[in-house]
Amino acid sequence: MTVLSLKSLTDAELAARVARDIPDGAYVNLGIGKPTHVSAHVPEGREVIYHSENGILGVGPTPPAGEEDVELIDASKRYVTPAPGAAYFEHADSFAMMRGGHIDIAVLGAYQVAETGDLANWATLDDKFPPAVGGAMDLVVGVPTILVMMRHVNRDGSPKLLKRCTYPLTGLGVVRRVYTDLAVLDVTPQGFRLVELTPGNSLDAVRAVTGADILT
Amino acid sequence: MDKSVADLAEAVAPITDGASVMIGGFGSSGIPFGLIDALLEQGATGLTVISNNAGAGETGIAKLLKEGRVARVICSYPRSPGSIWFEKRYEAGEIALEVVPQGTLAERIRAAGAGLGGFLTPTAYGTLLAEGKETRVIDGKGYVLEAPLHADFALLRAERGDPWGNLSFHATARNFNPVMAMASRHAVAEVRELSRAPLDPERVVTPGIFVQSVVEYGVRP
Repeated sequence: MTVLSLKSLTDAELAARVARDIPDGAYVNLGIGKPTHVSAHVPEGREVIYHSENGILGVGPTPPAGEEDVELIDASKRYVTPAPGAAYFEHADSFAMMRGGHIDIAVLGAYQVAETGDLANWATLDDKFPPAVGGAMDLVVGVPTILVMMRHVNRDGSPKLLKRCTYPLTGLGVVRRVYTDLAVLDVTPQGFRLVELTPGNSLDAVRAVTGADILT
Repeated sequence: MDKSVADLAEAVAPITDGASVMIGGFGSSGIPFGLIDALLEQGATGLTVISNNAGAGETGIAKLLKEGRVARVICSYPRSPGSIWFEKRYEAGEIALEVVPQGTLAERIRAAGAGLGGFLTPTAYGTLLAEGKETRVIDGKGYVLEAPLHADFALLRAERGDPWGNLSFHATARNFNPVMAMASRHAVAEVRELSRAPLDPERVVTPGIFVQSVVEYGVRP
């Protein structure tokens, strides 16, 4: 259907697009899943300090094979190393960094984003599927810049960008910008506003797979 | 003072049926696997487990769930790759689940340990997880009143300990262990190395006053 005719970024291209907007010197929390790939694409010459809520500030690269430490992981449970200047801490301190406004940017995945900036990324409507909130609700209330990266539509073609979320909310009016495989959109008081289209896509084609208006 | 005990079995002996038990750890890191195995052997059942995750694979909390020892789980992220035993028990309606945002979980535990009656957090304001809870608007921002979370026992994992109960940690194995030590009536720490000499006071992360017993378990998972 319509989606097939659209030009879609790969996950790596999407991560690279988000990474372009992460400034030098930022303290950043990357959500589990796709957002973890952003760090690999931050342009050379920028120092970004990554916070992982399980108790490390200054998450460094994956260790070489054979040098993994099972007690040195990130929130995605991947083996990591400490970057220069890293610190370890306990959970209450870690969430003070998040809730207390000390982290500059968080990049999160989402099930749905509303034109009001409402975010749904922790529970579906399926009772059999146990909800798992983790640190998402703490991040969205405390981090001033919440960026979402996700596919523009669900596998069945239904929109993830909506006037109002239908899934339980993670936070209200918290999303600043949404990066999808099809477009980049800002959340404004008037609704979604186009920042850019993935080259090759027309605005009308992207509008057709979006469940809310897109302002230009 | 000597809070060290000879073995894991002695360390978990006081845990009774129906007890609430905080268990440190996040993912595979900082989990007291030795104490959990000893608790399984000891046989206590009908437990309330308070932990960030609800176990994965066939070890740790997953094993407690598999063996039917858990009546209730309070956690932030029960669903992880391999959390099959949690999912089985949950789908069968055999366990009660309370999902708490991770920072609220840590702070409720800390509040209990610090003698506070609760706290106001912006986390979850306006969401399903705040339903039925008291709220307050301060300077235009909404907050949810959260209660302290106590437990009868805490099972902790630390890198080093001394006979006074002082603990230091390794890398990201610290996570929930320090706050859980504070919030439980009886905290048991499994340490990779039990030093007979006192730890350097500058290196102590969890002061011994929060810890009731220490047992050496040299295995790093």
